Amino acid sequence: MGKLFGVILAIIALASAYPIVTHMYVQPVDISTHGHAIDEQLADTMAEAGLSFVLAQLLLAFCVWKFSNRKEGAKVFHLPGGAKLMVVAAFILVGTEVLALDVLGQKAWAEVYFTAPKPDALQIQAQAGQFAFYFRYPGPDGKFGPLHPDKIDEGNQNYFGLDPANDVEARDDIVTAELAIPVNREVHLLMHSKDVGHSFYVRELRIQQDFVPGLDLSLHFTATQTGHFEILCTQLCGLGHYNMKAYLNVLSQEDFDKWMKQKASEQ
Amino acid sequence: MEVPEIESVRWFFTERGEHLDAALKTQAHVHAPAEGFLGKYVFSLDHKVIGKQYYALALVSVFVGMVLSWLMRFHLVWPNAKIPGLEIIAKTGAPGGIITPEYYLSLLTMHGTLMVFFVLTNAPFAGFGNYFLPIQIGAEDMAFPRFNMMSFWTTFVAFLVLITAFFIPDGPPISGWTAYAPLSAVGKDAGPGLGWGQNLWVISIALFCVGQLLGSLNFIATTLDLRAKGMTLMRMPISTWAWFITSAIGLLAFAVLLPACLLLLLDRMAGTSFFIPSGLVVSDRLQNHAGGSPLLWQHLFWFFGHPEVYIAILPAVGIVSHVLTNSLRKPLLSAKVIIYSMMSIGFLSWMVWGHHMFVSGMNPFSSLLFSFPTLTITIPATIITLIWLGSLYGANLQLNSASFFALGFISMFVSGGVSGFFLAQPSIDMYLHATYFVVGHFHMVMGVAAIFAIFSGTYFWFPKMTGRMMNETLGMLHFWITFVGTYCIFMPFHYLGLVGNVRRYSSFVDDFMPALMPLHKFITIAALTTGAAQFIFLFNLVYSRFRGKPASDNPWKGTSLEWSIPSPPPWNNFGGDRPVVYHDPYQYGLKGSTGDFIMQTSPEKILNE
Repeated sequence: MGKLFGVILAIIALASAYPIVTHMYVQPVDISTHGHAIDEQLADTMAEAGLSFVLAQLLLAFCVWKFSNRKEGAKVFHLPGGAKLMVVAAFILVGTEVLALDVLGQKAWAEVYFTAPKPDALQIQAQAGQFAFYFRYPGPDGKFGPLHPDKIDEGNQNYFGLDPANDVEARDDIVTAELAIPVNREVHLLMHSKDVGHSFYVRELRIQQDFVPGLDLSLHFTATQTGHFEILCTQLCGLGHYNMKAYLNVLSQEDFDKWMKQKASEQ
Repeated sequence: MEVPEIESVRWFFTERGEHLDAALKTQAHVHAPAEGFLGKYVFSLDHKVIGKQYYALALVSVFVGMVLSWLMRFHLVWPNAKIPGLEIIAKTGAPGGIITPEYYLSLLTMHGTLMVFFVLTNAPFAGFGNYFLPIQIGAEDMAFPRFNMMSFWTTFVAFLVLITAFFIPDGPPISGWTAYAPLSAVGKDAGPGLGWGQNLWVISIALFCVGQLLGSLNFIATTLDLRAKGMTLMRMPISTWAWFITSAIGLLAFAVLLPACLLLLLDRMAGTSFFIPSGLVVSDRLQNHAGGSPLLWQHLFWFFGHPEVYIAILPAVGIVSHVLTNSLRKPLLSAKVIIYSMMSIGFLSWMVWGHHMFVSGMNPFSSLLFSFPTLTITIPATIITLIWLGSLYGANLQLNSASFFALGFISMFVSGGVSGFFLAQPSIDMYLHATYFVVGHFHMVMGVAAIFAIFSGTYFWFPKMTGRMMNETLGMLHFWITFVGTYCIFMPFHYLGLVGNVRRYSSFVDDFMPALMPLHKFITIAALTTGAAQFIFLFNLVYSRFRGKPASDNPWKGTSLEWSIPSPPPWNNFGGDRPVVYHDPYQYGLKGSTGDFIMQTSPEKILNE
């Protein structure tokens, strides 16, 4: 039985590693400027964690294979070096791994969170609510009209609670259900929630950030490829959570300008 | 205090023991034998009965929780298939036996709550701890038997309150076991199950906290005050140490969750705004709240929530170390290092809660601060694992159901541990947060690993608890299906997460997800099979209780105090004697008068010491 355990555990360890080594399940294409740092960090961590996983499992498999069901009265003996060796090994192996990952791993995080968006970044407001995202562009005046939660009226498509009758800035605001952005231009996304917690997750952008009710947060990113990508809600927000999504539409600058004009005429 | 290990002084200690006994008779923890059915089996003061009650409650919860997970897995891959009979329990949640998206979230919430609170806290800590902690330190009972009884019955009421949510018209809550505000705070406007369903959830968890606080206090007082003569702290078995450290964590953790639940209840019922800011429009209604912070709930919840992970896993580490040492037939490389490592884990567990909140909107600088201790906690965890592995070297490993599950635990602990490396880094968490990678990680390291330890403890201590052996053939069958099955279920979760498959979705409508369906089907089939194998365990438990081979007092040739008394132990554990302890708990692999081990209570000298 001990030998069987060794064999089965070894098979499990190698079979678990197989889809990783052969890249059967990988992240989608990266369309952001910071994502490569995340992917590299993920790959490095996979190498270290994967190796530790396979080695530890094989070691366990070997020890059970070797030291189980020995002859009656077989003499037990101890690993030379004892506990001290193990403690030193853990500190050196894991300690360096921890330090390396911790120090090196913050690059991507710092790029997203510790640098301010450039002043010329395109500002877009994102609102999350049960169970849809809406986006608002400031229009030709470059200013967002103020929000009035009491004026929110989904039936009349006033998703943000704008008051164009009284607020001059709100009159040219453009509200859409998809997030269109120009390629290779930094976007500064101003995020707020209408009701409960939500999250903004675009796999291809390698970005995930919660919407927190009562808190105005912002993100900045630059998309490097045109295309159509899904924006998913990843914070449990109620019964329609699974279906809460929108599209990120990365366009060339010309297409974006055209799109903007068309949307402005639809308002 | 060091006790001279000389046979000729034994009379001295016995006499002192009797003397002590007389003094202790006036103390609270000493009580008369129970009388009548109610006193013996229901409102019992006996820590052994209370331990079994906790275990039984966990057993009921784990099977309910497992069936809920079956329903979820079934719905994910066959969304339109009818589940016969389900419409009777859930008229609105599953009309015609087909699960609605909101009922899926109810299942998810109840599964998480039952498993984390009523299984992973109740069985390894409250269940086994109650039964074996007093015995392993040579005490007659817990320090406060009435608190102990109250602790269980409060927990039982908490369970009933939670389960009631299934049978009210509103249905169970849908806000997940983490109950993030304001979804959980604004009431029924936010969706089905968030009216009385959520109220019941909050009340249940608050009651649960009260039960655990009483229990933790009791564990600490018992360990510090009621140790037998010669039972110094460092002579306590690793399992006792684990329960002791865990109770210290529990005392602080549940003391934070309890007020958090009360505040949430006030927000829901008294119109306060601890967790609800102004200007929220839910279901077209402007909410009449202002000034609260949703992040406050997350901080309070995870300040409890992360230590809770260690409340589940440290007793598991203790139980596995205890069982493993016995199966190795030699001491671990160092029991002390394991104890110190458990202490450091317990200490560090208070500094890492923010790693659940990297992308929550808290200050991004704090993410870095939380990342470092999170990665650091792998050092004591690695030390423990390496000591287990290093101790296997040169052992005379005895293989049985108990030791197989202990070995399985080590394997799971490693598998679930390494995936923590990814999630502890904020930059990677930005991509993997809220995906199946996280689900795979915590199921392996906290869920399955702790459950393997519960199985290991059950096979190991069942003879002591019932006086009968469990069936080994059934035990082996149970182990192999569970071990392989668990990997088949939870390893693929990591692959799904790498692709970006989001968790807590009741169906996969996104463009990239249909391609992952074959893997989801594989997981579901594995879950149904592995779950079914758990009925082998249930059968074995019931069958062996009545028909099992009678067990001797010390069937595993163990050294600690529980093996020095009859199986099952008498109501006052040591028959009115006070045991005297002469040795460290794990004197294996030497020449003793009884074989390759020397019991803690044996006054004989250890030759090669």
